[in-house]
Amino acid sequence: MQQIISFLYKNKYFILFLLLESSAIFFTIQSHSYHKSKFINSANFISGGLYNKINNFKEFLLLKDENVRLAEENVQLKNLLNQKDKLTAQNSAKEADTVNFNQKYSYISAKVINNNFRKNNNYLTINKGESSHLKSDLGVINSKGIIGITKSVSNKYATVLSILNVNSRINVKLLNSNHFGSLNWNNNHYNTVQLLDLPIQANIKIGDTVVTGGRSTIFPEGIQVGTIKDFKTKNNTYDFINITLFNDMSSVGFVEIITNLDKEEIKNLEEKTSNE
Amino acid sequence: MNRDNINIALLFIGLILLQIIVLNNINFLGYINPFFYIIFIFLYPLKKIDGSLILLSFFLGLFIDIFSNSGGTNAAATLLIAFIRIPVLKIILDKRELEYSSLSISKLPFYKSLTFIAVLTFIHHFIVFSLEYFKWSNMNIILTKTSLTSIFTIVLILISLTFVSRKR
Repeated sequence: MQQIISFLYKNKYFILFLLLESSAIFFTIQSHSYHKSKFINSANFISGGLYNKINNFKEFLLLKDENVRLAEENVQLKNLLNQKDKLTAQNSAKEADTVNFNQKYSYISAKVINNNFRKNNNYLTINKGESSHLKSDLGVINSKGIIGITKSVSNKYATVLSILNVNSRINVKLLNSNHFGSLNWNNNHYNTVQLLDLPIQANIKIGDTVVTGGRSTIFPEGIQVGTIKDFKTKNNTYDFINITLFNDMSSVGFVEIITNLDKEEIKNLEEKTSNE
Repeated sequence: MNRDNINIALLFIGLILLQIIVLNNINFLGYINPFFYIIFIFLYPLKKIDGSLILLSFFLGLFIDIFSNSGGTNAAATLLIAFIRIPVLKIILDKRELEYSSLSISKLPFYKSLTFIAVLTFIHHFIVFSLEYFKWSNMNIILTKTSLTSIFTIVLILISLTFVSRKR
Protein backbone atom coordinates (compact mmCIF):
# COMPACT_ATOMS: atom_id res chain seq x y z
CA MET A 1 0.00 0.00 0.00
CA GLN A 2 2.77 2.36 0.98
CA GLN A 3 4.55 1.59 -2.26
CA ILE A 4 1.47 2.47 -4.26
CA ILE A 5 1.12 5.77 -2.40
CA SER A 6 4.76 6.65 -2.87
CA PHE A 7 4.54 5.70 -6.52
CA LEU A 8 1.52 7.94 -6.96
CA TYR A 9 3.28 10.73 -5.09
CA LYS A 10 6.39 10.48 -7.22
CA ASN A 11 4.38 10.64 -10.41
CA LYS A 12 1.76 13.11 -9.25
CA TYR A 13 2.51 15.63 -11.98
CA PHE A 14 2.38 12.98 -14.64
CA ILE A 15 -0.98 11.80 -13.33
CA LEU A 16 -2.29 15.37 -13.23
CA PHE A 17 -1.04 15.80 -16.78
CA LEU A 18 -2.78 12.62 -17.96
CA LEU A 19 -6.01 13.62 -16.27
CA LEU A 20 -6.14 17.10 -17.83
CA GLU A 21 -4.95 15.89 -21.23
CA SER A 22 -7.67 13.26 -21.39
CA SER A 23 -10.32 15.79 -20.41
CA ALA A 24 -9.06 18.13 -23.16
CA ILE A 25 -9.28 15.33 -25.69
CA PHE A 26 -12.75 14.46 -24.37
CA PHE A 27 -13.86 18.06 -25.03
CA THR A 28 -12.36 17.86 -28.52
CA ILE A 29 -14.16 14.64 -29.41
CA GLN A 30 -17.37 16.07 -28.02
CA SER A 31 -17.00 19.16 -30.16
CA HIS A 32 -16.73 16.99 -33.27
CA SER A 33 -20.08 15.35 -32.73
CA TYR A 34 -23.03 17.47 -33.76
CA HIS A 35 -25.06 19.00 -30.93
CA LYS A 36 -23.00 17.80 -28.03
CA SER A 37 -20.49 20.44 -26.99
CA LYS A 38 -22.21 21.70 -23.91
CA PHE A 39 -19.61 23.61 -21.87
CA ILE A 40 -16.82 24.63 -24.23
CA ASN A 41 -18.49 27.12 -26.52
CA SER A 42 -18.72 30.85 -26.86
CA ALA A 43 -22.36 31.07 -25.73
CA ASN A 44 -21.50 31.21 -22.04
CA PHE A 45 -21.65 34.22 -19.78
CA ILE A 46 -17.97 35.27 -19.87
CA SER A 47 -17.16 34.86 -23.53
CA GLY A 48 -20.56 36.04 -24.74
CA GLY A 49 -20.30 39.17 -22.63
CA LEU A 50 -16.79 39.94 -23.82
CA TYR A 51 -17.64 39.42 -27.48
CA ASN A 52 -20.63 41.70 -27.00
CA LYS A 53 -18.36 44.48 -25.71
CA ILE A 54 -15.89 44.04 -28.56
CA ASN A 55 -18.69 44.05 -31.08
CA ASN A 56 -20.04 47.33 -29.78
CA PHE A 57 -16.77 48.96 -30.86
CA LYS A 58 -16.70 47.19 -34.21
CA GLU A 59 -20.25 48.22 -35.01
CA PHE A 60 -19.34 51.88 -35.35
CA LEU A 61 -17.00 51.04 -38.19
CA LEU A 62 -19.60 49.02 -40.06
CA LEU A 63 -22.62 51.30 -39.62
CA LYS A 64 -22.42 52.52 -43.20
CA ASP A 65 -22.53 49.05 -44.76
CA GLU A 66 -25.32 48.04 -42.45
CA ASN A 67 -27.36 51.08 -43.47
CA VAL A 68 -26.94 50.25 -47.14
CA ARG A 69 -28.09 46.71 -46.50
CA LEU A 70 -31.14 47.88 -44.54
CA ALA A 71 -32.03 50.35 -47.27
CA GLU A 72 -31.87 47.55 -49.85
CA GLU A 73 -34.09 45.38 -47.70
CA ASN A 74 -36.55 48.26 -47.30
CA VAL A 75 -36.81 48.61 -51.06
CA GLN A 76 -37.42 44.88 -51.40
CA LEU A 77 -40.12 44.90 -48.76
CA LYS A 78 -41.82 47.94 -50.27
CA ASN A 79 -41.88 46.21 -53.64
CA LEU A 80 -43.45 43.16 -52.04
CA LEU A 81 -46.03 45.32 -50.34
CA ASN A 82 -46.95 46.94 -53.63
CA GLN A 83 -47.33 43.59 -55.32
CA LYS A 84 -49.54 42.40 -52.52
CA ASP A 85 -51.75 45.49 -52.78
CA LYS A 86 -52.14 44.82 -56.46
CA LEU A 87 -53.05 41.19 -55.87
CA THR A 88 -55.61 41.95 -53.20
CA ALA A 89 -57.09 44.64 -55.43
CA GLN A 90 -57.49 42.09 -58.18
CA ASN A 91 -58.91 39.40 -55.94
CA SER A 92 -60.99 41.65 -53.74
CA ALA A 93 -63.92 39.30 -54.13
CA LYS A 94 -62.28 36.44 -52.26
CA GLU A 95 -60.35 38.15 -49.51
CA ALA A 96 -58.29 36.06 -47.12
CA ASP A 97 -60.29 34.90 -44.13
CA THR A 98 -58.33 36.36 -41.25
CA VAL A 99 -60.05 34.15 -38.68
CA ASN A 100 -58.67 30.99 -40.20
CA PHE A 101 -55.27 32.47 -40.89
CA ASN A 102 -52.55 30.75 -38.85
CA GLN A 103 -49.11 32.15 -38.45
CA LYS A 104 -46.59 29.42 -39.13
CA TYR A 105 -43.26 31.08 -38.52
CA SER A 106 -42.18 33.73 -36.08
CA TYR A 107 -39.02 35.79 -36.44
CA ILE A 108 -36.68 37.15 -33.78
CA SER A 109 -33.95 39.57 -34.78
CA ALA A 110 -30.49 39.32 -33.26
CA LYS A 111 -27.00 40.62 -33.80
CA VAL A 112 -23.93 38.55 -34.60
CA ILE A 113 -21.26 39.30 -32.03
CA ASN A 114 -18.63 36.82 -33.18
CA ASN A 115 -18.14 35.26 -36.59
CA ASN A 116 -15.74 32.52 -37.75
CA PHE A 117 -15.37 31.58 -41.39
CA ARG A 118 -11.77 30.44 -41.77
CA LYS A 119 -11.87 27.19 -39.84
CA ASN A 120 -13.01 23.66 -40.46
CA ASN A 121 -16.02 23.94 -38.18
CA ASN A 122 -17.27 27.48 -38.05
CA TYR A 123 -19.61 28.95 -35.47
CA LEU A 124 -21.21 32.35 -34.98
CA THR A 125 -22.24 33.81 -31.65
CA ILE A 126 -25.43 35.90 -31.42
CA ASN A 127 -26.68 38.18 -28.67
CA LYS A 128 -30.06 36.55 -27.97
CA GLY A 129 -30.67 33.48 -25.83
CA GLU A 130 -33.20 31.62 -23.76
CA SER A 131 -34.50 34.87 -22.31
CA SER A 132 -35.69 35.76 -25.83
CA HIS A 133 -37.25 32.28 -26.29
CA LEU A 134 -34.44 30.89 -28.40
CA LYS A 135 -33.89 27.15 -28.49
CA SER A 136 -31.39 24.96 -30.26
CA ASP A 137 -32.20 23.80 -33.81
CA LEU A 138 -33.74 27.01 -35.09
CA GLY A 139 -32.94 28.42 -38.52
CA VAL A 140 -30.90 31.63 -38.81
CA ILE A 141 -31.13 33.85 -41.90
CA ASN A 142 -30.56 37.43 -42.96
CA SER A 143 -31.98 39.45 -45.82
CA LYS A 144 -29.63 37.86 -48.34
CA GLY A 145 -30.07 34.21 -47.43
CA ILE A 146 -29.39 31.47 -44.91
CA ILE A 147 -26.68 31.67 -42.25
CA GLY A 148 -26.99 28.50 -40.17
CA ILE A 149 -28.78 26.71 -37.34
CA THR A 150 -28.67 27.56 -33.63
CA LYS A 151 -26.74 25.08 -31.52
CA SER A 152 -25.93 25.86 -27.87
CA VAL A 153 -28.15 28.37 -26.09
CA SER A 154 -27.36 30.12 -22.82
CA ASN A 155 -29.50 32.66 -21.01
CA LYS A 156 -28.46 35.67 -23.09
CA TYR A 157 -26.38 34.27 -25.96
CA ALA A 158 -26.45 31.45 -28.47
CA THR A 159 -24.01 29.84 -30.90
CA VAL A 160 -24.97 29.21 -34.50
CA LEU A 161 -23.66 26.28 -36.52
CA SER A 162 -22.69 28.14 -39.69
CA ILE A 163 -23.40 26.67 -43.13
CA LEU A 164 -19.62 26.84 -43.41
CA ASN A 165 -19.25 23.83 -41.13
CA VAL A 166 -18.34 20.37 -42.35
CA ASN A 167 -21.04 18.94 -40.08
CA SER A 168 -23.80 21.09 -41.51
CA ARG A 169 -26.44 19.47 -43.75
CA ILE A 170 -29.34 21.57 -44.94
CA ASN A 171 -32.15 20.45 -47.20
CA VAL A 172 -32.28 22.60 -50.36
CA LYS A 173 -33.93 22.49 -53.75
CA LEU A 174 -33.67 24.10 -57.14
CA LEU A 175 -35.88 27.13 -57.60
CA ASN A 176 -37.22 26.11 -60.98
CA SER A 177 -37.50 22.33 -60.83
CA ASN A 178 -38.30 21.13 -57.28
CA HIS A 179 -35.45 18.61 -57.18
CA PHE A 180 -34.07 18.23 -53.65
CA GLY A 181 -30.49 17.91 -52.45
CA SER A 182 -28.49 18.65 -49.34
CA LEU A 183 -26.12 21.50 -48.73
CA ASN A 184 -22.63 20.72 -47.47
CA TRP A 185 -19.30 22.53 -47.18
CA ASN A 186 -15.92 21.08 -48.15
CA ASN A 187 -13.85 23.70 -46.34
CA ASN A 188 -12.30 25.20 -49.46
CA HIS A 189 -13.63 28.71 -49.76
CA TYR A 190 -15.93 30.70 -47.53
CA ASN A 191 -18.05 31.84 -50.43
CA THR A 192 -18.59 28.45 -52.03
CA VAL A 193 -20.64 25.51 -50.72
CA GLN A 194 -21.46 22.14 -52.24
CA LEU A 195 -24.78 20.58 -53.22
CA LEU A 196 -24.94 16.81 -52.66
CA ASP A 197 -27.38 14.03 -53.53
CA LEU A 198 -29.08 15.89 -56.36
CA PRO A 199 -30.64 13.38 -58.77
CA ILE A 200 -29.27 13.45 -62.33
CA GLN A 201 -32.78 14.06 -63.64
CA ALA A 202 -32.51 17.62 -62.41
CA ASN A 203 -31.22 19.38 -65.48
CA ILE A 204 -29.07 22.08 -63.95
CA LYS A 205 -27.38 24.99 -65.64
CA ILE A 206 -24.71 27.35 -64.36
CA GLY A 207 -26.45 30.30 -62.73
CA ASP A 208 -29.51 28.36 -61.51
CA THR A 209 -30.81 29.57 -58.16
CA VAL A 210 -30.84 27.27 -55.13
CA VAL A 211 -33.33 27.85 -52.29
CA THR A 212 -34.17 26.02 -49.05
CA GLY A 213 -36.37 22.99 -49.49
CA GLY A 214 -38.88 23.21 -46.70
CA ARG A 215 -38.66 19.48 -46.01
CA SER A 216 -37.16 20.05 -42.60
CA THR A 217 -39.02 21.86 -39.86
CA ILE A 218 -36.14 24.31 -39.47
CA PHE A 219 -36.28 26.56 -42.53
CA PRO A 220 -39.39 27.66 -44.40
CA GLU A 221 -39.42 26.87 -48.08
CA GLY A 222 -37.86 29.24 -50.57
CA ILE A 223 -35.21 31.13 -48.62
CA GLN A 224 -32.39 32.07 -50.96
CA VAL A 225 -29.10 30.18 -50.75
CA GLY A 226 -27.03 30.90 -53.84
CA THR A 227 -26.45 30.23 -57.53
CA ILE A 228 -24.73 27.28 -59.19
CA LYS A 229 -21.13 28.15 -59.99
CA ASP A 230 -19.91 25.01 -61.74
CA PHE A 231 -20.56 21.26 -61.74
CA LYS A 232 -19.25 17.98 -63.18
CA THR A 233 -21.07 14.76 -64.08
CA LYS A 234 -19.49 11.34 -63.64
CA ASN A 235 -21.03 7.86 -64.17
CA ASN A 236 -24.38 9.46 -64.80
CA THR A 237 -24.46 11.21 -61.41
CA TYR A 238 -23.35 14.64 -60.38
CA ASP A 239 -19.76 14.39 -59.17
CA PHE A 240 -19.79 17.81 -57.54
CA ILE A 241 -21.88 20.95 -57.72
CA ASN A 242 -20.41 24.20 -56.42
CA ILE A 243 -22.72 26.96 -55.27
CA THR A 244 -21.80 30.61 -54.85
CA LEU A 245 -23.57 31.98 -51.77
CA PHE A 246 -25.63 35.16 -52.00
CA ASN A 247 -24.44 35.95 -48.49
CA ASP A 248 -20.97 37.24 -47.79
CA MET A 249 -20.26 35.02 -44.79
CA SER A 250 -17.24 37.12 -43.84
CA SER A 251 -19.43 40.07 -42.88
CA VAL A 252 -22.68 39.20 -41.19
CA GLY A 253 -24.35 41.83 -39.05
CA PHE A 254 -28.00 41.50 -38.12
CA VAL A 255 -29.76 38.17 -38.47
CA GLU A 256 -33.24 36.76 -37.95
CA ILE A 257 -33.98 33.55 -36.11
CA ILE A 258 -36.92 31.57 -37.41
CA THR A 259 -39.14 29.61 -35.03
CA ASN A 260 -41.47 27.13 -36.66
CA LEU A 261 -44.64 27.33 -34.56
CA ASP A 262 -45.90 23.99 -35.89
CA LYS A 263 -42.68 22.15 -35.13
CA GLU A 264 -43.97 20.33 -32.05
CA GLU A 265 -47.12 19.30 -33.84
CA ILE A 266 -45.23 17.96 -36.85
CA LYS A 267 -42.74 16.12 -34.65
CA ASN A 268 -45.44 14.52 -32.51
CA LEU A 269 -47.32 13.44 -35.59
CA GLU A 270 -44.22 11.91 -37.14
CA GLU A 271 -43.33 10.09 -33.93
CA LYS A 272 -46.84 8.73 -33.64
CA THR A 273 -46.72 7.47 -37.21
CA SER A 274 -43.36 5.76 -36.79
CA ASN A 275 -44.47 4.11 -33.54
CA GLU A 276 -47.53 2.55 -35.07
CA MET B 1 1.67 36.55 -3.53
CA ASN B 2 5.04 37.90 -4.62
CA ARG B 3 5.87 39.95 -7.70
CA ASP B 4 6.54 36.94 -9.91
CA ASN B 5 3.10 35.54 -9.29
CA ILE B 6 1.41 38.84 -10.10
CA ASN B 7 3.44 39.09 -13.30
CA ILE B 8 2.38 35.59 -14.30
CA ALA B 9 -1.28 36.35 -13.61
CA LEU B 10 -1.13 39.55 -15.69
CA LEU B 11 0.66 37.72 -18.50
CA PHE B 12 -2.00 34.99 -18.41
CA ILE B 13 -4.93 37.39 -18.74
CA GLY B 14 -3.13 39.71 -21.19
CA LEU B 15 -2.23 36.87 -23.55
CA ILE B 16 -5.80 35.54 -23.61
CA LEU B 17 -7.20 38.98 -24.43
CA LEU B 18 -4.54 39.64 -27.07
CA GLN B 19 -5.18 36.28 -28.70
CA ILE B 20 -8.97 36.46 -28.90
CA ILE B 21 -9.37 40.16 -29.67
CA VAL B 22 -6.51 40.76 -32.08
CA LEU B 23 -4.65 37.66 -33.19
CA ASN B 24 -7.65 35.41 -33.94
CA ASN B 25 -8.79 37.98 -36.51
CA ILE B 26 -5.58 38.48 -38.47
CA ASN B 27 -6.31 35.94 -41.23
CA PHE B 28 -2.93 36.58 -42.89
CA LEU B 29 -2.92 35.11 -46.44
CA GLY B 30 -6.48 34.03 -45.88
CA TYR B 31 -6.24 31.68 -42.95
CA ILE B 32 -3.06 32.14 -40.90
CA ASN B 33 -3.72 33.18 -37.31
CA PRO B 34 -0.66 32.89 -35.07
CA PHE B 35 -1.08 31.14 -31.73
CA PHE B 36 1.06 33.69 -29.98
CA TYR B 37 -0.33 32.88 -26.53
CA ILE B 38 2.03 29.90 -26.17
CA ILE B 39 4.79 32.41 -25.38
CA PHE B 40 3.44 31.89 -21.85
CA ILE B 41 5.15 28.48 -21.80
CA PHE B 42 8.48 30.08 -22.74
CA LEU B 43 8.22 33.02 -20.34
CA TYR B 44 7.18 30.91 -17.35
CA PRO B 45 10.27 30.51 -15.12
CA LEU B 46 12.31 27.50 -16.17
CA LYS B 47 12.07 25.37 -13.07
CA LYS B 48 11.56 21.69 -12.73
CA ILE B 49 8.05 20.65 -13.66
CA ASP B 50 5.47 21.86 -11.15
CA GLY B 51 1.74 21.53 -10.72
CA SER B 52 0.90 25.18 -11.24
CA LEU B 53 2.42 25.27 -14.73
CA ILE B 54 0.39 22.20 -15.71
CA LEU B 55 -2.84 23.72 -14.39
CA LEU B 56 -2.14 27.17 -15.84
CA SER B 57 -1.28 25.87 -19.30
CA PHE B 58 -4.41 23.71 -19.34
CA PHE B 59 -6.66 26.63 -18.43
CA LEU B 60 -4.85 28.98 -20.82
CA GLY B 61 -5.63 26.61 -23.67
CA LEU B 62 -9.15 26.00 -22.44
CA PHE B 63 -9.97 29.73 -22.34
CA ILE B 64 -8.73 30.11 -25.91
CA ASP B 65 -10.91 27.14 -26.85
CA ILE B 66 -13.99 28.59 -25.20
CA PHE B 67 -13.59 31.82 -27.12
CA SER B 68 -12.87 30.22 -30.47
CA ASN B 69 -15.32 27.29 -30.24
CA SER B 70 -12.60 24.72 -30.85
CA GLY B 71 -13.46 22.03 -28.30
CA GLY B 72 -10.34 21.19 -26.32
CA THR B 73 -7.72 21.35 -29.04
CA ASN B 74 -5.70 24.29 -27.69
CA ALA B 75 -5.91 22.96 -24.14
CA ALA B 76 -4.55 19.55 -25.16
CA ALA B 77 -1.70 21.02 -27.21
CA THR B 78 -0.66 23.68 -24.68
CA LEU B 79 -0.72 21.20 -21.83
CA LEU B 80 1.48 18.79 -23.76
CA ILE B 81 4.17 21.35 -24.62
CA ALA B 82 4.16 22.58 -21.02
CA PHE B 83 4.78 19.04 -19.87
CA ILE B 84 7.56 18.20 -22.32
CA ARG B 85 9.22 21.63 -22.02
CA ILE B 86 12.00 20.54 -19.66
CA PRO B 87 12.72 17.14 -21.33
CA VAL B 88 13.07 18.90 -24.71
CA LEU B 89 15.39 21.49 -23.16
CA LYS B 90 17.50 18.68 -21.70
CA ILE B 91 18.00 17.22 -25.16
CA ILE B 92 18.95 20.58 -26.68
CA LEU B 93 21.31 21.79 -23.95
CA ASP B 94 24.57 20.37 -22.61
CA LYS B 95 24.61 18.97 -19.12
CA ARG B 96 26.54 21.84 -17.59
CA GLU B 97 24.17 24.44 -19.00
CA LEU B 98 21.32 22.84 -17.10
CA GLU B 99 20.89 24.82 -13.91
CA TYR B 100 17.22 25.53 -13.78
CA SER B 101 17.27 28.08 -11.01
CA SER B 102 19.42 30.58 -12.88
CA LEU B 103 18.34 29.64 -16.38
CA SER B 104 16.14 31.86 -18.48
CA ILE B 105 15.36 31.59 -22.14
CA SER B 106 16.88 34.94 -23.04
CA LYS B 107 20.25 33.85 -21.63
CA LEU B 108 20.56 30.86 -23.95
CA PRO B 109 22.63 31.07 -27.14
CA PHE B 110 20.40 32.26 -29.99
CA TYR B 111 20.34 29.10 -32.11
CA LYS B 112 19.56 26.95 -29.05
CA SER B 113 16.65 29.06 -27.94
CA LEU B 114 15.46 29.13 -31.55
CA THR B 115 15.47 25.31 -31.76
CA PHE B 116 13.71 25.10 -28.41
CA ILE B 117 10.96 27.51 -29.46
CA ALA B 118 10.64 26.06 -32.95
CA VAL B 119 10.31 22.45 -31.76
CA LEU B 120 7.66 23.21 -29.14
CA THR B 121 5.73 25.57 -31.43
CA PHE B 122 5.66 23.02 -34.21
CA ILE B 123 4.44 20.26 -31.87
CA HIS B 124 1.76 22.55 -30.47
CA HIS B 125 0.47 23.65 -33.88
CA PHE B 126 0.55 20.13 -35.26
CA ILE B 127 -1.60 18.87 -32.40
CA VAL B 128 -4.05 21.78 -32.67
CA PHE B 129 -4.61 21.27 -36.38
CA SER B 130 -4.72 17.47 -36.30
CA LEU B 131 -7.31 17.56 -33.51
CA GLU B 132 -9.28 20.19 -35.41
CA TYR B 133 -9.44 18.17 -38.64
CA PHE B 134 -9.39 14.76 -36.97
CA LYS B 135 -8.90 12.80 -40.19
CA TRP B 136 -5.78 11.27 -41.77
CA SER B 137 -7.07 12.18 -45.21
CA ASN B 138 -6.58 15.85 -44.36
CA MET B 139 -2.85 15.39 -43.65
CA ASN B 140 -1.85 17.78 -46.46
CA ILE B 141 -3.93 20.66 -45.10
CA ILE B 142 -2.78 19.90 -41.55
CA LEU B 143 0.90 20.00 -42.52
CA THR B 144 0.67 23.16 -44.62
CA LYS B 145 -1.32 24.99 -41.98
CA THR B 146 1.04 23.77 -39.25
CA SER B 147 4.19 24.91 -41.01
CA LEU B 148 2.89 28.28 -42.23
CA THR B 149 1.32 29.18 -38.90
CA SER B 150 4.40 27.96 -37.00
CA ILE B 151 6.66 30.31 -38.95
CA PHE B 152 4.37 33.25 -38.16
CA THR B 153 4.14 32.33 -34.48
CA ILE B 154 7.89 31.73 -34.10
CA VAL B 155 8.74 35.09 -35.65
CA LEU B 156 6.29 36.89 -33.35
CA ILE B 157 7.62 35.08 -30.29
CA LEU B 158 11.26 35.82 -31.16
CA ILE B 159 10.52 39.51 -31.69
CA SER B 160 8.72 39.84 -28.38
CA LEU B 161 11.39 37.85 -26.52
CA THR B 162 14.08 40.29 -27.65
CA PHE B 163 11.97 43.16 -26.34
CA VAL B 164 11.44 41.41 -23.01
CA SER B 165 15.13 40.59 -22.53
CA ARG B 166 16.20 44.12 -23.46
CA LYS B 167 13.92 45.66 -20.87
CA ARG B 168 15.47 43.64 -18.06
